[in-house]
This record gives sequence, structure tokens and C-alpha cells, in this order.
Amino acid sequence: MHTRTGRLVPFTLLLPSMAFLAVLIVIPMAQAVLLSLATEGGAFTLENFQRMLADASFSDAWRNTLLLLLLIVPLQVALALAIALLVNSRFRGHRLFFLIYTVPLAVSDLAAGLLWLAAFSERGYLNSALQQTGVINQPVLWLSFDNFAGLLSAIVIAESWRTTAMVLLILVAGLELIPRDFLETAEIFGAGRLRRTVHVVLPLLRPSLQSALLIRTIFALQTFAVVFALAGRNIPVLAGEAYSWYATNQDERVAAAYAVFILALTVVAIVVYVRLLPGPREAEVQR
Amino acid sequence: MRARLLDRGFIYGSAVVLAIWALVPFYLIATSALTPQTNISDYPKPLFPTSISVATMQLFLESSGIIPATLNSLIVALITVLIGLALGAPAAYALARFRFRGREAYRATLLVTRMFPIAILAIPLAAICVRLGLYDSLISVSLVHAAMALPFVILILAGVFGALSHEIEEAAETFGCSRWGAFIRVALPPAAPGLAAAAIFAFVISWNEVFAASILTVRTRTLPAQVLASLATSPLTLKLLAGFFMVLPAVVFILLIRRYVRLAWGPR
Repeated sequence: MHTRTGRLVPFTLLLPSMAFLAVLIVIPMAQAVLLSLATEGGAFTLENFQRMLADASFSDAWRNTLLLLLLIVPLQVALALAIALLVNSRFRGHRLFFLIYTVPLAVSDLAAGLLWLAAFSERGYLNSALQQTGVINQPVLWLSFDNFAGLLSAIVIAESWRTTAMVLLILVAGLELIPRDFLETAEIFGAGRLRRTVHVVLPLLRPSLQSALLIRTIFALQTFAVVFALAGRNIPVLAGEAYSWYATNQDERVAAAYAVFILALTVVAIVVYVRLLPGPREAEVQR
Repeated sequence: MRARLLDRGFIYGSAVVLAIWALVPFYLIATSALTPQTNISDYPKPLFPTSISVATMQLFLESSGIIPATLNSLIVALITVLIGLALGAPAAYALARFRFRGREAYRATLLVTRMFPIAILAIPLAAICVRLGLYDSLISVSLVHAAMALPFVILILAGVFGALSHEIEEAAETFGCSRWGAFIRVALPPAAPGLAAAAIFAFVISWNEVFAASILTVRTRTLPAQVLASLATSPLTLKLLAGFFMVLPAVVFILLIRRYVRLAWGPR
């Protein structure tokens, strides 16, 4: 480490990025709060939040966002954990397989919806396969507006498929931090693979698991384009309502109220993870 | 012996099933995009196409707004990359080379910014732009994208700089190079592949981003914003082609920088 150079050097190097992030995050955030709490004339009001709450789509959007979060996050963390343990067993060719599993990382939420449209559309590949194997006689309308379960499943599948790769990267990196000696010692003392996993690997992986859960929970609160691609407006979600209020209804104040609501949920998620789960604070600092 | 064999069978069996799960959507979208127009509404669809053609893809590229939107996306992504590298490289260098007060706090801030809700940035920024008379500003989209990409750029580059030996830099200084000269002539060249990887990561973040782009532009839309805006009106074929067209470069890019991707989401 350089000690002879001035103490200010690192701060000079950090300053541009800090200033940029501060300006681009703090100003819009303050502006969002101001917008959501003010009338056109600038007077204080709760009307924007009242209009948001009174809107017919609000309760649906709120319920759907929560439902998607509760379905997607545990599913994908479990899946990613299974894949991470598989990769970490370092079988021959595990590097190639790991690369394959991380490819969906490149896909945006919008594109993920469009990719799975090829499977779930009326004349899509899922119906084709089911019909050719004789399971169905005519196409099932998975994405019809009145097929809530079908729409929801398609979204859960598409979004889990896309974001499992991100969780996998976090977990595999966490697994690599676990010293091999620990596992070897456990093996010497007669612990089988299952016991090694449960008693050695999982406790040591907890920081990674917790930050993966937190990151994914926060992103799940913003689920948007994958829903629009597969379900249009038939499955309202919070971020989608914010977009529609801004772009379609041209009401930036109610849109800002939605944005503030999403931010508040994000803060709640962080507080819950940091306060209720032991240890995540260190986990955050460690990474 | 038998248990070992079973074990192996289980490992490779699950590995292959998971690989199919990860790759099948790419295969389906590629086959859909390359199906000749006459076969598009075939049902049931064969899993292996009988004939393929790029004619449908051509039709998509000629359809209204796609080429200009792609150009807009490229402009926005390039500005994002420039801002990201210009601000991110010095910060990453500081994180990798110096121990200073507040280092961990800075790192923690980056980790939190990595997951900042985009709605809270995009909507007020759009409102500010409208008041300034900038309805369609690609610059404002780039600024939001740069704010999203910057934490990742810094984390990737901090990993890259941290992995390089700082001794040669010190040696260069001992032999009379200025600190800045040592950075430019000695530290930077071996970091070039890492810089390229960070640039590509920032590019992909911008190329993929749809929410801010849709909020901040009305007429000069980026590609995802254009696709999102026309979702309700475009036929299924066009949607599938759009998906294929957006995914292809992103996948190629991520494969190119596969060694560095873990730095963006991994520890350190």
C-alpha cells in the first residue's frame, strides 16, 4: 500500500463517482417525495396517495406483486442453491455446465417475457408438445385474460428462469469462500455428503444466501416488463401501475406516489432482513 | 462401486436436465425467429424446424421504428459506458489500492445502490426533464443507466485492479515515473481486458433496460422502450422477433466477458 502519497488521493479518486451517484439518486428521490406530496400549485396534499389507494388496480397490483415475490424468490433461491451445490461438487465438466447455467443473466426482463411467449402462446411450443403427445386435444389458452393461474405461472416460470442465474453467481462465489479443509475434515470424521452440506456448507453459506434473498426481494418489488410481455395489463403490478400512470394517464404525481410506495417497501425489506435475520449486516459488508 | 456409478448418473442426469432448462427458451425463440413466414402459424409446431429462413427477420428489421430505435439504444449505451468508465475506473482504483477511512462504507453504499428501485429515479427525473423542456432526451436515459451501471463497473474494476500486482507500479515510480505516469503506463495496460469487460457489462445493462427508457422518452425511443410501447398492438411474430433481436447481442457479450461476470455479483 502507498503511504507516502497524500491521504487525499483516494478521496479525490472517489469524489466524481460519489458526486454523480449523489446527484442522480438524492435529487430524484427528493423530487419524487415532493411530487407525490404536492398539488400542481405546490401546496402539501395527501391527495396523490389517496388517488393511488382508491384506484381500482391498486389492490390488485399490490396483491400480484406480493404474490409474485412470494412465489418467485423462494423458488429461485432453492433452485439456485441446488444448482450451486451441484456445480460445487466439481464433477468433470462442471465449468462448462456453470457457464450454461449463467447465460440467462444476459436476458432482460422484457426479453425473458418475449422468449417464454414462444412457449406459452396459443400456437406455441408447449401446446404443440402437449398435443403431439396426446395430452390435450386442442390448444390451452395459457395467457388468456381470464386464466389467472396460467398467466401467473408463465410469469413465475419466465422470471425464475431469468434471475436464477444471478442468485447462482452469488451462491457459487459464496461456496468458493468456504475452505476445502473444513469439508475434508468433516469427511475424515465420517460425515457423509448430506451431513457435510447441512452442518458445514449451509451455515457458512448463510451470508451469501441472505444477500441473495435481499437482492432478489428488492428486484421482485420492481417486477415489470416480464409481466407486460406475457400478460399485458391483465396482471397489474406496482411498477407497471407507476409506468401506466406516468405514460398513459400522464399523471406524474400519482406515478411518483407509486414510486415512493415501492421505495418504502424496499426500505421495509432491507430493515426486515437486517433486523430479523441474524448476521446479514456482516454479510453485506463482507461482499 | 455401484453406489458410485449411481451417484455419477444422478449428477450428470441433473446437470443435463438443468442445462436444457437454461437453454431451451433460447432455442425456441431462435427457431421461432428463423421460421419462414409461410410456416409461422403451423400447429402443432415441430420441435425441429423443417426449413429455416432469415426472411422473417428481415421483415422485422424493415418494420417501422426498429432501426432508429436500435441506433438510439446504441447511442445511449455508448454514453453509459463512457460515463461508467470515466467515473468508475478512478473509484475502483482507489478501492483496490488504498486503505482509507470510509472504504467499507463506500463499498456498502455501492452494494445498496446496485439494487436501488429504478422507478424512483426515472419518474422524478422525467418530471424534471419535462420542466426543462427536454421531452425526449437520450442523455437523461444515459444518466439513469450510468447510475445503474456504475456500482457494477466499480466492483468489476476493483476486482481487476486488485488482482494486478502493485509492485511494478511502485517500481516504475522508483525509476522516476510520476504516480499518474505509473498508472497510465504500467497499471492500465494489463487491466485492459478487465476494462473492456466492465464496459461490456455497462453496455448490456443499458441495452437491456426498459423502465427508465420508456418513461424518459416519447418519440426517440430506445429499442426496449419501442418494443414495450408496441406490445399491445404488435402481432405475436413481431414480439418473438423483437425478443430474439434484443437477446442475441446481450448473450454474445456476456459470454465474451464470462470470466469477469462473477465480480459483478460475487463477493469482494
